[in-house]
Amino acid sequence: MRTARIVFFSLFIFLCLHAAVYAAVIKEYRLENGLKVLIIEEHKAPVATFQVWYRTGARDEPAGKSGLSHLLEHMMFKGTTKYGPSVFSNTVQKNGGTDNAYTTKDYTVYFELFSSDRIALSIDLEADRMRNLLLEPKEVLSERQVVMEERRLRYEDDPQSSLFEEVAAATFKVHPYRRPVIGWMSDLGAIERTDLYDYYNANYSPNNAVIIIVGDVNADEIFSKVRSSFEHIPSGPPKKSIVSVEPAQRGEKRVVLQKEAELPFIILTYHTPSFPHEDSYALDILNVILSGGKSSRLYQSIVYEKKIALDVSADYGSFNRDPYLFYFYATVAPGKEIKEVEDALYAEIAKIRKEAPSAREVQKAKNQIESSFIMGQDSIYLQAMKYGIFEMLGDWRLIDTYLDGIRLVTPQAVMEVAGKYLKEDNLTEGILLPIKKVKREE
Amino acid sequence: MKSEKFKRLVLISLLYAIVCLLSVNALALETTRTITPNGLTVLHSENHNLPIVMVTLLVKAGQRHEAKEKAGLANLSAKLLGEGTKNRSSREISEEIDFIGASLDASAGNDFTTITLSVLKKDLDKGFELFSDILLNTTFPQAEIDRKREEIKGSLRQQEEDPSFLAGRAFKKEVFGKHPYGRLIQGSTDTLDTITQDDLVTFYSDFFLPNNAILSVAGDLTSDELNAVMKKYLGVWKKADLPLIPYGDIAGEKAKKIIKIDKELTQANIILGNLGISRDNPDYYAVSVMNYLLGGGGFSSRLMQSVRDKMGLAYDVHSFFSAYKERGSFQIGVQTKNESANVALDEILRQIERMRSEMVSDEELSDAKAYLTGSFSRRLDTSRKIADFFASVEFYGLGADYISKYPSFINSVTKEDVLRVAKKYLDTEHYVLVVVANQEKAMLKY
Repeated sequence: MRTARIVFFSLFIFLCLHAAVYAAVIKEYRLENGLKVLIIEEHKAPVATFQVWYRTGARDEPAGKSGLSHLLEHMMFKGTTKYGPSVFSNTVQKNGGTDNAYTTKDYTVYFELFSSDRIALSIDLEADRMRNLLLEPKEVLSERQVVMEERRLRYEDDPQSSLFEEVAAATFKVHPYRRPVIGWMSDLGAIERTDLYDYYNANYSPNNAVIIIVGDVNADEIFSKVRSSFEHIPSGPPKKSIVSVEPAQRGEKRVVLQKEAELPFIILTYHTPSFPHEDSYALDILNVILSGGKSSRLYQSIVYEKKIALDVSADYGSFNRDPYLFYFYATVAPGKEIKEVEDALYAEIAKIRKEAPSAREVQKAKNQIESSFIMGQDSIYLQAMKYGIFEMLGDWRLIDTYLDGIRLVTPQAVMEVAGKYLKEDNLTEGILLPIKKVKREE
Repeated sequence: MKSEKFKRLVLISLLYAIVCLLSVNALALETTRTITPNGLTVLHSENHNLPIVMVTLLVKAGQRHEAKEKAGLANLSAKLLGEGTKNRSSREISEEIDFIGASLDASAGNDFTTITLSVLKKDLDKGFELFSDILLNTTFPQAEIDRKREEIKGSLRQQEEDPSFLAGRAFKKEVFGKHPYGRLIQGSTDTLDTITQDDLVTFYSDFFLPNNAILSVAGDLTSDELNAVMKKYLGVWKKADLPLIPYGDIAGEKAKKIIKIDKELTQANIILGNLGISRDNPDYYAVSVMNYLLGGGGFSSRLMQSVRDKMGLAYDVHSFFSAYKERGSFQIGVQTKNESANVALDEILRQIERMRSEMVSDEELSDAKAYLTGSFSRRLDTSRKIADFFASVEFYGLGADYISKYPSFINSVTKEDVLRVAKKYLDTEHYVLVVVANQEKAMLKY
């Protein structure tokens, strides 16, 4: 890269001025059509990422069409009125870039990574597919097959993932979070070109998207290029937000999946509120105390001391648009009983409901969260992702709210949220019961 | 919940598959290289943009250095490095590391073991203290050995659920035969049971020596700061003579071998390939270009364009050469519904044959080169990647000027070279084919 030397020079100046850790300078712009643009100049390496975040995901799909958001994401690589199929990725790659996309319950993200002298290529390509997608019927049929193969790969032939799918469907009875992002097989088969087209028109518009650029760029310069490519795209219809409220669970639910597998696997889920609910900070700390690193309670007790599970983990899905879950999962060690692992998990839960963690445990969890924020800044991709996640929840500035909230969590608060949410009435338990067929090897 | 459906994320890694840690462009990245009196090679790349320090220690001790009946020794040693030292118990180590929000891990591979530390600058001293403790003072307590052994055996059992694991294991075994590369890094239940505390202590004291290691450090520290922590924590590390290791030959006999594993699955998990090349093979760069076009180039590769985009047969199809100190392997991997296994294989073999018999177009050649050279800057865009990169360049002896030379290595590859290496390293007659599937439904004609 011819610019590299200059870049590394300016880097040193940049450093001296920005000692603060999270204090990246974010420039925020908005076009008249409603498109929001966030740009962070990060000159530490001659690279940049361009990301388009659409505020639509699996939660926004009509009933019977699960997997629509994700299939559309695939179709976004299959040609526009301006560029034929395969042109997108070929253009990116022959300029040394990488492109990809992913779909979640709440949003859909498209991104490219380039050396910084090529990053402007993203602008034309992304503006084009925000408006001009072809959705050729032949390509739709073929890509539907590809997604079905993806489903077989990730779910049908993976017993633990299959159990996750079963448990989500049982945990939520009303909210669309009950559906897998990849879609049920029969729904996938039912998605037609017209479903994709309608969904695209309803959701892929400048007023329903945010562009995030992080890297070795000049913010004002690149913004003016973004403006000239995107300002002509008309606003879409105002977003019809799906409001769905999962009623409070009144009593334990249980799911058993019998499938060919080697070892039993357990999942426990509890409904919880999401960030920025006032309890979310203590739930985050609770999660780290239970399962952050090898010194965490679950690993120490269940894997290390008792040796009854091969792995054990907790997770708290705090960054979701609607209330989601606090959950646990563990693989039962060979020769051990499901019951032993269940009992050990429930004992750990009972303990934290009754007794506040030590001040040191809480401090350790805060240090781990803080450190992961700083380490995450090593990568421009993760940095963009972090701002995107908060932006999808309303505003990237919520990052500060989040970190402030984390710092204020007390041991007492951790015990209280455990008591409030990790209770039997709010529990769904899923168990994978291995069945084994004898097969031969030639 | 596993809700984020990363459509094609797997594939990003495929783009890096062959050039992985070892590629390039004219990037102004300064690194200093010194050899300490005790024989340790130290690489230091200083940058102060974030208050973090990334450390990679590469020890030339891996699967290649194990006896057959002790397979899994290198991996078990690595896994036990954080599990008890002269100064700390397993629990104390993890407690201290987690308290400062750092990570300290060790893992063994074919040719070497790495110990990596990621730590905030303010905790550098503590981080280095723990890093040196596990490196220099591991005691391999018997209780920890037994615990870790059972964990590894358990995870081997669990992986029997994973068709790609079964396919990969069978493929290695056939391609490499008796050579250590043909075994799982974890060993097997049988070999794990034979490993004693003595074996571990001997392996550790034989190979974990400064004159057998490379220390690569990147991030927010000056050379004075680095020298200070090295003196304080690694000063006592003593050099010693290395044992002579007889290397097994890779037979490389030419034969077609087909392995079918029958399981209750919806998809056939297929690997097809043969022996590949070592990292120091002069054809490495021509092979990089050729493989990019065949199946290494993500969405632009021929295999992806045909098997996924045109035929809709698979979500993922890829090819890669894994190049080690000794000859590695070449493999193509695909997963497709049982019923499509034959069609997918026909197409894959057709694409290999095309690569072997027809010259690639000028446009393809220049696109491949543009990607391989133009993506280099992204291989050094974080401190973590920089630390790993320089350790790897040193290990494979690629030279201090590797970064500036890489573009010319790639750009000098011709269409004739691509055809020549395709003929030389791809084979449509003699290959290892592994198919894990519901065999009744797959009805393989192969």
